Amino acid sequence: MSAAPGRPKQARTAAHQGEGTPVTSLLSVKQLVRRFGGLVATDHFNLELPAGEAHALIGPNGAGKTTVMGQLTGELLPDEGHIVFDGQDITRWPAPQRALAGIARSYQITQLLKGFSVLENVMLMVQARLGHSFGAWTPVRKQARLVEPAMQALQQAGIATRAHDDVMALAHGEHRQLELAMALAMQPRLLLLDEPLAGMSQSESAMMVALLQGLKRHYTILLVEHDMQAVFSLADRVSVLVYGKCIACGTPAEIQADEAVRQAYLGDEDMAEASA
Amino acid sequence: MFPESLHWRSPRVLLALVIFALLLAVPLLSQWLGQSFYLSFATRIVIFAIAASGLNLILGYGGMVSLGHSLFVGIGAYAVGISSFHGLTNGWAQLALALAVVAVVAALTGLVSLRTRGVGFIMITLAFGQMFYFLAISLKQYGGDDGLPLDNKSVLNPLPALDGKIALYYLALAVLAIVMYGIWRTVHSRFGYVLRGFQSNERRMLAAGFPRLRYQLTAYVVSALICTVAGFLQGNQTAFASPSYLSWQASGDLILIVVLGGMGTVMGPLVGAFALLVLEEALSGYTQHWMIVLGPFILLVALLSRRGMWGAIAARRARS
Amino acid sequence: MSLFLSQLLNGVQLGMLLFLLSAGLTLVFGIMNFINLSHGSFYMVGAYLAAATLARTDSFLLAGLAGIGGAMLLAFAIERLALRRLYARDHLDQVLATLGLIMFFNEAVRMIWGSQPVFTAQPSWLNGSVELIGFSYPSYRLMIIAAGAVVALGTYLLIHKTRIGMLVRASSTHPDIVGALGVNARLLNSLLFSVGAGLAALAGWLVGPIVSVQSGMGDNVLILALVVIVIGGIGSIRGAFYAALLVGLVDTMGRAYMPQITRQFFERSSADAAGPALASMLIYLFMALILAVKPNGLFPVKR
Repeated sequence: MSAAPGRPKQARTAAHQGEGTPVTSLLSVKQLVRRFGGLVATDHFNLELPAGEAHALIGPNGAGKTTVMGQLTGELLPDEGHIVFDGQDITRWPAPQRALAGIARSYQITQLLKGFSVLENVMLMVQARLGHSFGAWTPVRKQARLVEPAMQALQQAGIATRAHDDVMALAHGEHRQLELAMALAMQPRLLLLDEPLAGMSQSESAMMVALLQGLKRHYTILLVEHDMQAVFSLADRVSVLVYGKCIACGTPAEIQADEAVRQAYLGDEDMAEASA
Repeated sequence: MFPESLHWRSPRVLLALVIFALLLAVPLLSQWLGQSFYLSFATRIVIFAIAASGLNLILGYGGMVSLGHSLFVGIGAYAVGISSFHGLTNGWAQLALALAVVAVVAALTGLVSLRTRGVGFIMITLAFGQMFYFLAISLKQYGGDDGLPLDNKSVLNPLPALDGKIALYYLALAVLAIVMYGIWRTVHSRFGYVLRGFQSNERRMLAAGFPRLRYQLTAYVVSALICTVAGFLQGNQTAFASPSYLSWQASGDLILIVVLGGMGTVMGPLVGAFALLVLEEALSGYTQHWMIVLGPFILLVALLSRRGMWGAIAARRARS
Repeated sequence: MSLFLSQLLNGVQLGMLLFLLSAGLTLVFGIMNFINLSHGSFYMVGAYLAAATLARTDSFLLAGLAGIGGAMLLAFAIERLALRRLYARDHLDQVLATLGLIMFFNEAVRMIWGSQPVFTAQPSWLNGSVELIGFSYPSYRLMIIAAGAVVALGTYLLIHKTRIGMLVRASSTHPDIVGALGVNARLLNSLLFSVGAGLAALAGWLVGPIVSVQSGMGDNVLILALVVIVIGGIGSIRGAFYAALLVGLVDTMGRAYMPQITRQFFERSSADAAGPALASMLIYLFMALILAVKPNGLFPVKR
């Protein structure tokens, strides 16, 4: 298994219970604002994410969850506010710099490298972190430093058997696994998972949730998901985003009991099901 | 895209070797047929293949559509012409000069051009090409619009004199082989993967941690240098340097060759050069208005599959 | 001083012509995301048809009708038959296809009208000059400036004050929405394409008497138009207008005064060589400068 950057579980829960010294957050988002013309997509969003925590970001469609994701990875720049990662202000850092600092994202709409095999997709993720890429002579396939960590990531994500297939030959669920493998191959400190269960069948979802459960021990995770069962089984804490504003933040139990949240999800069957 | 097989025994590699064997035999065939035209024609094809290979590196493998690459071919030719005009006939010196100038020009134009993408990139490269085209035309002391004839060809000691057609042909062929092999290795290397990755999904590559500019700029400059060598050879073959070598029509021809032969394949540029030049030759034999046929042909190539001729072969093999 | 003003007006005149060419080009780019290198061919076809009609009918206005109408029909047909399939394709395919079209049109006019430049005359009622502040300026050129201004105003009114214009504006930022509104998007695209070609043909008709009408005349002018829309911002008609004026002025004034400028810095012989060289390169240097600072042009259309 790859290196575990997270903190042991006891220290994490101790921080939540307020015992001992306060834990510095791995990711600290302060008063984030992003506008698109007249629309305020992110409205003074705040988040404190301690290392080792699995945090879910939920909310109705159009709430701005993906916009928040984009600002964390650097694909969008916020209009106001700050993002501090591992003690550094990364608010205006370009995406590649954030990736090298330890932020990895898996995409809601799979962003794969077509024309490459499954293994090659992951190898490129490994390559990004292994020095420069000006080597123009040695074939990539023969470089063990790239192949081995890539195979490991594929194993973690459960698709090592598909390593040499063309990416376009994969089923949808396998694409999502590959997305995960690519994020893991970046050896991140922070995993941003944008709807990892999107479009999956029951059995595929169950498998993915089990995978993610396994990852919780080793990574700090920020998860955007609509699947409430998955959210409540995976997340240590949940933030609820409505019209770009965070209306509640707490443990799954607290969120389920929160009146404002129930109102926002008025009659939402998923919420009712998950709390049953 | 066609990840090319690395196995020496693959049918495509064998076919490529056969083609090269045939190319090696051309001077003999030409003598046997008593027509030196074939040798000149083959030399033209090889030179175009070199330039197209250079463009293919950034176009076929990198997704950068440069509509101004003939600029670098032209600089190569003019380097020979202008040097010769001033009495410098040492081919190595001429080549070094050409490469140095192109390295600077390509770096600067690349830096500006690569700030944009897609359509903007196409148009900026076109405009830069035009800029130098007009520069060439305005160089009255070097022939201006009429072009600059060469009194003496480049002297490339210890290689045989380039006055002989056969020597020039084999030199061009050697350059083509080296360029193609180099591209083959590059495409499968780390650098090649990054280049192809950016063509495939730029967003993903950035999110992975690859900075875009340094790799694309490097590829752009390398492709320009390859075109320069082609221009050097072209100047020697035609004994002439003309502004038309830098025209946008010439750039368009290069793009057509790359697409026709098969983008993102190593052999594509050679196949494309052969196809286009043979087609032009055949058509112009029938009518002086051959462009009225070639025009719609190009339109059809664009409308139909873009895998090109070699690409179609590659795909068939991959499936078997 | 009068020479300066005269050159200034020449610059404006060139700017107006460039605007006529760029307006259609930038719209087609912005809305259909289609790079149309053969746009210059409609300019050429317009000039040829106008010249041919003028030769037969002696009517300047009929010539214009023929030129513009013919080019628009041609454009409509080509868009429907071939080009619309390319809207969804890579820009590379579009470049290649339209390069093929250029070749076809250039050869076609050569076959029909020969390789020699065609002479076409100014209408007699526009011969002569107009007295302006201290100098006289050819009436014909003044007419071109007026025509350009009228078209610019008309385009502005069309785009900002009519329902069709609203659809065009909506299309340029959200191309898919128009279809959802129940409008025949395909027809709108074809019409847009034809109108753009019509504007180019208008320029061709007007410019016939003062340039040489020959095969390939559209090619270099097209590249200038491309520079204009890159500077102005792709998809922006307002940008095209200002950029066209800018480019027209820079190019004209540059060519007129560059030799004098270089003589200040270099000795005579090199200055005489460098002057014209720099003048023709000026536009492109200008474009590179602007793009270095604003990669999306002066008035980028935000999506």
